[in-house]
Amino acid sequence: MRNERSSEDVALGIRRRVFEHAMRNNGGYLSQACSAGEQLAWLYNEELNLGPPTLPPIPEPFGGVPSAGNPGYHTGAGYNGPAEPGYDRLFIAPAHYALVAYATLIEVGRMAPEGLDMFNKDGSSVEMIGAEHSPGMEVHNGTLGIGLSTAAGLAWGRTRKGEPGRTWVFMSDGEVQEGQTWEAVQACAHHGIDNLYAIMDVNAQQCDGAMDSVMEVGDIRQKFLTFGAACVEIDGHDLGAMRDAVREPHEGRPLIILAHTSPFHTMSILQERFPRLHYVRFKSEDERARMNASIAADLGVEPINYTH
Amino acid sequence: MVEMVNRPYASAFEKFAAGNPDILCLSADLTSSCEIDGFRDRHPDQFVSLGMAEQNMMSFAGGLGLAGFRPFIHTFGVFMYRRPYDQLMASIAYPRRKVRLMGFLPGVTTPGGMTHQSIEDISVMRSIPNMTILETGDATEVESICEAADTIDGPVWCRVLRGSVPRLFDTPIRVGEMRELADGDDILVVTSGICTEEALRARSALKKAGLSIRHLHLHTIKPFDHGALLDHIGSVRHGVITLENHVTEGGVGSLVAETMADAGVGKRLVRLGLRDTYAHGGSRAYLMRYYGLDALALVRGIEDLVGQSFGIGEDDLDAARVDAVHSLVKAEAL
Repeated sequence: MRNERSSEDVALGIRRRVFEHAMRNNGGYLSQACSAGEQLAWLYNEELNLGPPTLPPIPEPFGGVPSAGNPGYHTGAGYNGPAEPGYDRLFIAPAHYALVAYATLIEVGRMAPEGLDMFNKDGSSVEMIGAEHSPGMEVHNGTLGIGLSTAAGLAWGRTRKGEPGRTWVFMSDGEVQEGQTWEAVQACAHHGIDNLYAIMDVNAQQCDGAMDSVMEVGDIRQKFLTFGAACVEIDGHDLGAMRDAVREPHEGRPLIILAHTSPFHTMSILQERFPRLHYVRFKSEDERARMNASIAADLGVEPINYTH
Repeated sequence: MVEMVNRPYASAFEKFAAGNPDILCLSADLTSSCEIDGFRDRHPDQFVSLGMAEQNMMSFAGGLGLAGFRPFIHTFGVFMYRRPYDQLMASIAYPRRKVRLMGFLPGVTTPGGMTHQSIEDISVMRSIPNMTILETGDATEVESICEAADTIDGPVWCRVLRGSVPRLFDTPIRVGEMRELADGDDILVVTSGICTEEALRARSALKKAGLSIRHLHLHTIKPFDHGALLDHIGSVRHGVITLENHVTEGGVGSLVAETMADAGVGKRLVRLGLRDTYAHGGSRAYLMRYYGLDALALVRGIEDLVGQSFGIGEDDLDAARVDAVHSLVKAEAL
């Protein structure tokens, strides 16, 4: 299922889908598609070793939460293929990127386009903040900062069991404000966990606005190095840089790739909304129409007819 | 004289876990304080030190559970739910990971004061979907809690006693059941944990006073057999009294109250425990007296329940054990 299309093409497809969805729904997580498009495209289209999906292309409705009385419960991890020893696993640590992650699943043929129509609809498993049962998700990460720790535990366990598959985490830079992130890196270094990989979307944005205005985090790379991870900084829109970064030696340490990105990459009109880009809801019909025309031109598609 | 067992958890955990590759022993810098130092030294491959970093430890344990392991987390109970509550919820309870949360120093069993005393943990755990709650009240229960907890398909919160622990029972914990320690028909006394020993101290004095006591000891708090409790309540004349090493809100007292209210039982209930208060640092005996968790407090509660004074004083109660604050069976005085 890999490399049928270029990752550039997949990234463009992700952005087109998120754009269309945002236009039709009067807003959405547009800037996350701008910043993370290449990273998710690269992971799913090139880097991850995943088996074929085990869940139906059109997502099943919400099937209840885990409980003793719900024996049929399953997570959405089946869209990433089976949890077999040789395959990689991926956690989307900032579950707010779910819309972008779902668009990625569609672009790489793991979910049907109809899945995105179920986004944030009552009774749907395709939830706004990716839940365990949402397509492509395996654990709850809506509470930011817990993803890397969970992945560290899974990675340690897989090494103990002799499984060759890697554990990957897609992270966001806001998570470095959480102390738990540093606890996780510290534990990885102490236990020599090196089958753990993270790529972090360093877009310098968070809910309240630009990170520097909310809580300065300083030199993230230096912090990761000091806490005991291997860490590489790249241009997060450069697929070649990702291919190089993952080859960084990191024996006995996890590898963290800091992907520096622009929150309005390929959608230049979003600069108007800086620094409040976390969730772009159009403020007027005029703004919606202008963004529709501008972004459609940027992405090389016709403006979306969202009137019906 | 009651038999005292030294460090029953240390030997019980090692006997249960050693050599089982699916079981991991997690610790957060309280290894000797939780009596797993010997296990660490003899079974280093099954021991995972996660340091003083409980938030990571909880999510890490969730990841280990996802990988197919059954982690036993060892630390003081307070440190497993107050700071890392979010991680407990998202990484362990929601996905029903088979993580066994071995919480030491329940309630006032430590002179460590507010920061070390888990006084509201049962209330918290009862409100968490998917959580099972077990509490030990003697050495036999401590010796059997690992096996009992490990039968559960999901997370388990355990209140574990350490150090020198009395042996009161001769049968292991059977999850979901309750122990009937006396079958009288005047008053139903419901106790758990260290409070059961206190109730036993009052037994002969109450008998002398002519009271027929029915006494239940709870080692399983969730899931709970409401029908069995209601049968016992139906067997007594006056009413019910609960005594717990916990705040009276949300713990065993609340559990009994809810059971009675749901069934429309019109009998009186007296709930003893910490009454909307924190405790402070002191010896167990001092704290149990000061906060009304001991045998004498139970007698006064029963007097309140039946509206009659029996003239029972401290001298009429069976002797209390006095634990040494500094003792070779504890890693530090905490």
